[in-house]
Amino acid sequence: MIARKPFYLLICTLFLAGLALMIHRHVTFDIPWLPQEKRQIWSIEAKVEFRATGDPVLASLAIPSTQSGFTLLNELAASPGYGLTFNKDKAAKRAEWSIRSASGKQELYYQVDMLVDPYAIPEPETRHLRIQKTLRQEPYATLALSLLEQAEARSADNYSLTREIIRSLNSGGQEAGMLLQLQSTPHWTIELLNLADIPARIVHALYLEDGRRRQSLVEYIQVYQNNQYQIFHPETAVQGQPQNVLLWEYQSGVVLDLIGGYNSKTTFSMIQQEVSVYAALSRKHKEENLLNFSIDSLPLEEQSIFKGILLIPIGVLIVVILRILIGIKTSGTFMPVLIAIAFIQTSFWTGLVGFIIIVGLGLIIRSYLSHLNLLLVARISAVIIMVISFIALFSVIAYKTGLTEGLKITFFPMIILAWTIERMSILWEEDGPREVAIQGGGSLFVAIIAYLIMDNDYVRHITFNFLGLQFILMSIVLLLGNYTGYRLLELKRFKPLINRE
Amino acid sequence: MNWFNVFASPTTLASKGILGMNQRNIAYIGQYNSRKSYPLVDNKLKTKALAIKHGITVPALIGVIQEQHEIRHIDTLLEQYSGFCIKPAQGSGGKGILIIKGKKDGFYIKSNDTMVDIDFLKRHVSNILAGLFSLGGKTDVAMIESLVHFDPRFSNFAYEGVPDTRVIVFKGYPVMAMMRLPTALSDGKANLHQGAIGVGIHLKTGAALQAVQFDSVVSIHPDTQKDLSELCLPNWDTLLRLAASCYEMSGLGYLGADMILDQHHGPMLLELNARPGLSIQVANGHGLLPRLTLIESECEEVLRNPQERVEYIWKVFE
Repeated sequence: MIARKPFYLLICTLFLAGLALMIHRHVTFDIPWLPQEKRQIWSIEAKVEFRATGDPVLASLAIPSTQSGFTLLNELAASPGYGLTFNKDKAAKRAEWSIRSASGKQELYYQVDMLVDPYAIPEPETRHLRIQKTLRQEPYATLALSLLEQAEARSADNYSLTREIIRSLNSGGQEAGMLLQLQSTPHWTIELLNLADIPARIVHALYLEDGRRRQSLVEYIQVYQNNQYQIFHPETAVQGQPQNVLLWEYQSGVVLDLIGGYNSKTTFSMIQQEVSVYAALSRKHKEENLLNFSIDSLPLEEQSIFKGILLIPIGVLIVVILRILIGIKTSGTFMPVLIAIAFIQTSFWTGLVGFIIIVGLGLIIRSYLSHLNLLLVARISAVIIMVISFIALFSVIAYKTGLTEGLKITFFPMIILAWTIERMSILWEEDGPREVAIQGGGSLFVAIIAYLIMDNDYVRHITFNFLGLQFILMSIVLLLGNYTGYRLLELKRFKPLINRE
Repeated sequence: MNWFNVFASPTTLASKGILGMNQRNIAYIGQYNSRKSYPLVDNKLKTKALAIKHGITVPALIGVIQEQHEIRHIDTLLEQYSGFCIKPAQGSGGKGILIIKGKKDGFYIKSNDTMVDIDFLKRHVSNILAGLFSLGGKTDVAMIESLVHFDPRFSNFAYEGVPDTRVIVFKGYPVMAMMRLPTALSDGKANLHQGAIGVGIHLKTGAALQAVQFDSVVSIHPDTQKDLSELCLPNWDTLLRLAASCYEMSGLGYLGADMILDQHHGPMLLELNARPGLSIQVANGHGLLPRLTLIESECEEVLRNPQERVEYIWKVFE
């Protein structure tokens, strides 16, 4: 006997490897375990309107990139007549439109799709934030310093200092009121933080709300501490970036830089789309082929083929279980799996009814063929042609009577039908109708069970997205191949042996 | 229906030593039957040649038809024989076996007394050659054997067919035996799952232990009304010895030898089976496992010839 220890070790290794691969897929690529999960995609359109003077126009719009909470999926810009570049220099990412001459009202569009993605990997900051200290005239210099000192006394770190400054400025006090006459709260906050040698800047963000139009950007305060940053609301001093806030411009630049135009206005409209996890993730990972060892990296057409192929091991496992553990007799070992796959293509009831009708008719005509004394290959060919005629007839009748569902029977592979008829017919002649009922019924039963499991959304999701599952299936099949216990139906078969005593 | 009455408990079955299909496949067939010996038993022509070489009695071979064009000359081949049997060399489960027991007015009489013409025989042979009865539809050859004249003492135990005796031989030791009696339900075939009766045979005496049909106990033959407990096989020791010697002949550690009793030539080997079924346990009312484990543990080193092995079996199985 083969040594069992390495065998069980192999099974364990396969199982654990499969499990590890699945967990890796889940963690690294954010593939959910359940298929129902949806992902949100925000489609945001920025519209730049201005009047051109007739001179060359150069418009540069700050545009967002992948940031914590959002992954950029794709972007496009449209404006007739303008040249366009997406400029990503070391400072910031911008869309730049240019034209030799333009006059009158101009409209430029930029559209971006952002995936709401807790696993987004932000692009690294390219430029370090510089601290700028501004010298103010009296009385502003003294007022500002005293406000900063009071705030510093009440705070412990950069973040709490920011909150205190914002609160003091918005407290409605006399000193704050004087300061705010010069510039707004966000700007004073940045200036005071810089005075205290704390890197900070104003960022421009967008509130995301489904279906909103003509929105504008709002200012937030971004404060750094130990190479990490936090966002503060300039009115309420609430810390942190709300989930529905997308940072649009956060590279210390201006939102729109326009040469050759005036009366410019930038507005935003947005819609939210719910997409399935597959769609979202395939878009997210379409460019990461090297490390992404999964089906998503294949072209769409091959993907859909694999969707079917990867289900076969599930069907095979069902057959293994039903034969080894239950002991159901089938006609042809894996014929039930093929029938189940055909059911998936035809839809269940059409497939089942069509299968039974065609095999039934086939058996009647096949019994005539057996009198003709034909050679095997010719006889099976005759059965195939007969099956095709049946399918054609079936489809025409279904169509004429308005049962368009019946047309799906054409998806049922002819060879499977023909072989089933041939096998059943031989079985009938040799072993009688009883055996046909046992094996045919067994095959159909196994096929239906396999179909129900293979057609399950959860099973489809798991098999398609987690290749590691194949290793686990392999280990289970190997384990079952080693099972020497009784089959369920043997318990019934050998029952008379016990009763006698 | 109470499910506890339908299913036996697995522990009870195990304590009775009942061999299950999975265990048979892994622990016995997989372990003791080498793959390369399978063609010897799956091809009845090879089995026959080998049996003759080892001095085991088999039904005489009238002829072999290998090509479709040879079928035309089948009538000249069969002219001098009144009874014969056409079978596919690689048929499984008794498929494709046609028994002709006589001729009358140019027609052939099948074992169930229906008359067929020569075209029926030709068509049957053509089907055999095309692979209709072989596993996986492989092309096959048809062999024509002389008819076995079954001992008339048993004619009342069988209906329209020839009963045979299945002996399970493990490492050369006959461990269990059963006689298979055709019934009307089984269409004259000695196939248990088609409704033939299985009669457990006492290994020492050759007498019937009990009989089952479709795995439940019967006491009389449903077609001939013969009391099955009266069954007792003559030449039992010769039969067992022939079955035991199939081990040396085939090299299979776990095999089923299908024997038949001829009126003139005594016990003969019909065919060997490398995957014998498990119903023999039901027919005998005993599990195979205790006997198999006994042989496995005690007969490892001792070399015995077939006669000695049969005597050993008589000694250990009361």
